[in-house]
Amino acid sequence: MPKDSGIGAATLRREDVRFLTGKGQYSDDINLFGQVAAVFARSTVANGKINSIDTTTAAAMPGVLAIFTGEDFAEVGGNPAGWLINSRDGTPMHEPKRPVLAHGKVRHVGDAYAAVIAETAEQAQNAVEAIEADIEELPAVVNMKDALSGSNFVHDEIGTNQCFDWGWIEDNRAATDAAIKGAHHVTTLELVNNRLVPNAMEPRCSMAQYNSATDEYVLHTTSQNPHLTRLLISAFVLGIPENKLTVIAPDVGGGFGSKIYHYGEEALVLAAAKKLGRPVKWTANRTEAFLTDAHGRDHVTKIELALDAEGNFLAFRTETMANVGAYLSNFSTATPTFLHGTLMAGNYTVPNVYVNVKAVFTNTAPVDAYRGAGRPEATYSLERVIDKAARELGMDPIALRRKNFVKPDQYPFASAAGLEYDSGNYDALMDKMEEVADLAGFAARRKESEAKGLLRGFGVNAYIEACGIAPSNLVGVLGSRVGLYDAATVRVNATGNLSVMVGAHSHGQGHETAFPQVVAEMLGIDASVIDIVHGDTSKIPFGMGTYGSRSLAVCGSAVVRATEKIINKAKKIAAHMLEASDADIELKEGVFSVAGTDRSVSFGEVALKAYIPHDFPLEDIEPGLEETAFYDPANFTYPSGAYCCEVELDPETGKVRVDRFAAVDDFGNVINPMIVTGQVHGGLGQGIGQALLENTTYDENGQLLSASYMDYTMPRADDLPFYAVDHSQGNPCTHNPLGVKGCGEAGAIGSPPTIVNAVIDAMQSGGKNVTHIDMPVTPHRVWSAMQNV
Amino acid sequence: MKLSDSRTINADASTVWAGLLDPEVLKACVPGCTEMSGSAQDGFEAVVVQKVGPVKATFKGAVQISDMVEPASLTISGEGKGGAAGFAKGGADVRLEAAGEQTVLHYDVEAKVGGKLAQLGSRIIDGFAKKMADQFFANFSDVVGAPAEDDASEDADETAKKKGWLKKLVS
Repeated sequence: MPKDSGIGAATLRREDVRFLTGKGQYSDDINLFGQVAAVFARSTVANGKINSIDTTTAAAMPGVLAIFTGEDFAEVGGNPAGWLINSRDGTPMHEPKRPVLAHGKVRHVGDAYAAVIAETAEQAQNAVEAIEADIEELPAVVNMKDALSGSNFVHDEIGTNQCFDWGWIEDNRAATDAAIKGAHHVTTLELVNNRLVPNAMEPRCSMAQYNSATDEYVLHTTSQNPHLTRLLISAFVLGIPENKLTVIAPDVGGGFGSKIYHYGEEALVLAAAKKLGRPVKWTANRTEAFLTDAHGRDHVTKIELALDAEGNFLAFRTETMANVGAYLSNFSTATPTFLHGTLMAGNYTVPNVYVNVKAVFTNTAPVDAYRGAGRPEATYSLERVIDKAARELGMDPIALRRKNFVKPDQYPFASAAGLEYDSGNYDALMDKMEEVADLAGFAARRKESEAKGLLRGFGVNAYIEACGIAPSNLVGVLGSRVGLYDAATVRVNATGNLSVMVGAHSHGQGHETAFPQVVAEMLGIDASVIDIVHGDTSKIPFGMGTYGSRSLAVCGSAVVRATEKIINKAKKIAAHMLEASDADIELKEGVFSVAGTDRSVSFGEVALKAYIPHDFPLEDIEPGLEETAFYDPANFTYPSGAYCCEVELDPETGKVRVDRFAAVDDFGNVINPMIVTGQVHGGLGQGIGQALLENTTYDENGQLLSASYMDYTMPRADDLPFYAVDHSQGNPCTHNPLGVKGCGEAGAIGSPPTIVNAVIDAMQSGGKNVTHIDMPVTPHRVWSAMQNV
Repeated sequence: MKLSDSRTINADASTVWAGLLDPEVLKACVPGCTEMSGSAQDGFEAVVVQKVGPVKATFKGAVQISDMVEPASLTISGEGKGGAAGFAKGGADVRLEAAGEQTVLHYDVEAKVGGKLAQLGSRIIDGFAKKMADQFFANFSDVVGAPAEDDASEDADETAKKKGWLKKLVS
């Protein structure tokens, strides 16, 4: 019988009431007295020398209040990279300055070189068009291979387009090479992990206020992590002390990674608000979102899998070029390295893994973490090459994976890529997947498809990801410049309701519903009296925000720790009220009682007492009932899954239709199964979008050709099947108090290889020996591949 | 973007040559051209209003003519800046070949677009360029060429030609 409240209940999302009734309040919904508008002048060339910027005409236009150029920010700091990567030879990565506004050179189409502040956005836009910028177009560096071999540099002062040349684990390189050299069979695959635009429904928006009397700033902005954004602005870019800067991320309409990062527009509106003494708002239009939101993926990879005669995996060796674009976005150096290379052992007992990643500057938009962030790239490479190996060896793809799975009795398992998996059962996931997908019925379904002239393909995939980002002590050793704990404050108010202030930001994840379920369960009270407060640095403790499927595992654990402190203190108060010893007090269903007696006080009575402490022994008990906890995880969490799908392919047109999709995930314990299912659905939609539809295309001059929904194909409802989603096979995380692992990214990680494996299988079933096809698997690519074999 | 084609113009090579270098003729022939000044020696300056898919803009451009071998070949290069709409730049190698009373004009165009034109218009830019070329040469034939014989049978030639040219000039 499913629970109807607390942990495990499919409680409806309370935030949906405001989202579905138009009552959400997003940054752009906020309008202040005296507010003015900022519009940016953006480069139309991918690489150019700024000879001059003449703003005379623009400055004289109606409504124009100020114009900023890169010159105005020459003295302030750059937007930094949050993770230092050292190259194989020990040298640190190259970190060119990323200024608020381009200065001297523009480096990608959309790079902002000036901003106009005017009374209205229309006036500002008109003035932007009147700015006379003499920008001399220079040849652009677009293709990564050319970037590494050529002498045309995105940042002249570095003298190379290679940001770093990273080896993981360098000490394993020789053994991996030897294993591959001596192997019975080696399967090689070269593939492209296509570049994606995040396409959050809400474009970025930032509005700054400045109070000259107090020297205080308030920034409303579309952020997944307001404290991190404030830290970057305070410590690195503008030097505004944290206690003079409040960052508020109100409702945010989707992030998928792209709103983790600090962007120059935030710094610009802050500087403009101070200069003008008026609130300054900038809202991106959709074209700006395409041009300047940090893009995702964009890896070119060669992977080799060595096997022995029985099909045991001996080694994976990977060489990847990862595009970082024109500037280093905050986590762009962590994504292709520690969120990618460390996962290259997958779910397998393979003894040798070596990964080489070269990060490459190009004259394109910055590339950073996007839903899954490095782990989709790892999973795609592994699960595609394993499928290819199975085909080459004539083995069943499920059997080959099972043969090499880490087994349940091997945990904790030290993977060959340097992680310690704490729990899992990959065979059980595969068993469940075979069941919910009705694998037994595949042959009959294939026959039915063939009768219609269609080719039916089956694709399978097993994935593991490292979530709950991240243990600070570990990431510190690996180069992270921040800690990755989170924090929560639980405030019990006098009349027994609760405000829980959390560092994680909710922008679709359902924290406002799921977190109260945890607190309600622990206190034995109704979740409806508990509210979550998030997104405002003046209200919440210093938590690191939402990304990397970390909210519940890290921030939720902080909520647990703070609630435990509340319970401890409430027990003291109850003991005082009941004239008993603390140790004898029990909390059950919202009632504190003395063990073995009928003497009790309710949670509400204790709360009231905490704030009316007329008779408190003040040397023993402080007034009030409010506790804060910071939680730093001991390890990553390791969600895993087994996915499969069936596609129908029309050999006449190359059109692929996903007919069935089964996703069986181990997320550990599940707090709200409905929200988890929704998260999986969303991730699958994005993963299937990547596999079938989405592609970011720059031409050879660095012009973004796929900059609108006419050319960039997002998945629509009729591109997606009904999913069979199962998370019954949870093995609790062993090191966080909730036993949770994280579910936000799984769908986007597990689905692309599943789809592509199925498409290959469909083509093979039609007698076409196609062994590889790159994403997106468009009708044109499929049809061409089938003609060319 | 690359475009190569040839057109037969109902005029001799020296008439075609002169037309190609005459700002008034060019103004009449370049679709959407509202201003054209300068000369073949010093280069032309032009203002063209055009709509490419969803992007409408006024392009201010400078055009240079080089490698002139009268009346056989020349090279055109230039750039048009459309402000927020982006830019177009490129060049064309033009070769004239006498064919009796007529002239065959061969051209190889290489052009690129940037900014909003590329972002929103790339899918339609090839078709757009071809349409522009078609319109230009249709206009050019009207302006410099004697009417083709089959046309003449339908209409009083001189009047039609003048009308065409005048209409283009005022529009």
